[in-house]
Amino acid sequence: MKEEILVQDKEIVVPGETVAIGMSFLPGKGAYRDNDKILAQRLGMVSVEGKVIKLIPLSGKYIPKMKDRIVGKVFDVLMTGWRLEINSPYSAVMTLKDATSEFIPRGADLTQYYGLGDYVVCQISNVTSQKLIDVSMKGPGLQKLRGGRIIEVNSQKVPRIIGKDGSMVSMIKQATGCNVIVGQNGLIWIDGEPEKEVIAVKAIKKIEEEAHLGGLTDRMAAWLEKETGAKVSPMAQPEQAEEAPPSHPHHFGGSQ
Amino acid sequence: MSYTKRFDGRGQDEIRPMSAKVGIIPRADGSAMFQIGKTMALCAVYGPRDLHPKFMQNPETGILRVSYNMMPFSGHGERVRPGGGRRSKEISMVIQNALLPVLDLKDYPNAVVDVFVELPQTDAGTRCAAICAAAMALADAGLEMKDLVCAVATGRVEDKIVVDLNYYEDSHEDGADLPIAVLPNSGKVTLMQMDGEMTKEQINEAITKAREACKKIYEVQKAALKARFKR
Repeated sequence: MKEEILVQDKEIVVPGETVAIGMSFLPGKGAYRDNDKILAQRLGMVSVEGKVIKLIPLSGKYIPKMKDRIVGKVFDVLMTGWRLEINSPYSAVMTLKDATSEFIPRGADLTQYYGLGDYVVCQISNVTSQKLIDVSMKGPGLQKLRGGRIIEVNSQKVPRIIGKDGSMVSMIKQATGCNVIVGQNGLIWIDGEPEKEVIAVKAIKKIEEEAHLGGLTDRMAAWLEKETGAKVSPMAQPEQAEEAPPSHPHHFGGSQ
Repeated sequence: MSYTKRFDGRGQDEIRPMSAKVGIIPRADGSAMFQIGKTMALCAVYGPRDLHPKFMQNPETGILRVSYNMMPFSGHGERVRPGGGRRSKEISMVIQNALLPVLDLKDYPNAVVDVFVELPQTDAGTRCAAICAAAMALADAGLEMKDLVCAVATGRVEDKIVVDLNYYEDSHEDGADLPIAVLPNSGKVTLMQMDGEMTKEQINEAITKAREACKKIYEVQKAALKARFKR
């Protein structure tokens, strides 16, 4: 029986397109098997890791995962906590217990702690099968966000914005002098000099647009250098950084 | 009488020139345009998102909600009454049924995927154009799909079976039309309707020709989706 991969690594495929033929291949995330064929189950970029064929999504809503650090907006104050809008089909609940290390007395006005419209960095502590989401503010770096601005990007591009070991986001921080917090859900908080904030926003939008292309770090370094006039080094990165696509497909996922 | 030459001079199996573009509506989660001849469909997909009214929520799976709308100035002469009607409600439902088999919304309980199809200009074959556009927009929205969906109308004009009828053929007094939606990779049919009368042989011929035509449509859809992420 013939065994072959019909597309190139990093090629964009459409749902239903045959990616490989042969029983020795395994369908990974975003792919499925139909008899001896491996087919794409979504619009995405093919990534072959040994015998496993998976698809890297290029679009789509944020689907909450345990342990993700996200940026959320308080949109309702409940009896026992707060409800957050997290740029996903479902909203999250932060209970009193998980909200702060302060003691909250019985019957306190909860808006003293987090009011409507406040943004917070939090971590998803639980997701149920019915997509009820609990978040917690207990942990290092989890805080209420004051000042700055929030922008929204596609959550599938977040790994690229962060870069390998945070290389991309630290480059933006270094070049613009802004404070940047990237939530896994695609909400990004930027705080700094107004002009520099604008440059940071432009940089992030540029990364979002070109996320599926290779050599992004170098291109962004050159772009930031041109925009800010300051010298930008693609940061102290181990080996060849997140140049990722061709050689290190599995690094695409990046983390904070 | 025999229908030897088509009104617009096309061959009997020839579909009208097509064009497609993905990502036309920036604020939507997924969007696409599909044009075949003078029929044009614009589609925007939102979601999965919170579903209201709440009584429609299904805790077992997400649902698909389709809205099909012909714009008032889109038709042939007569102004199309704006807003929903019996016809658009029915077509919304058949489009929904044509798209649902490829989608898997089990991961989105209580949520909805909203599909809006607007037709600014029509020349018959609107539900098929709408399905083609919606399939691309759903893929663009990053939803898990088993396959794309391609659709085309075939039909009988007098004694001939023709593919992709235009309005003059569609409204011909001695004719019938048969819109079909096909999953291009598995060959399964997700929509088949018929308006008018045809013999068994004619229907078989129409289905065979529709399958052929769908292959061409599939290539256009595929190229449009890939062009979204140009190198």
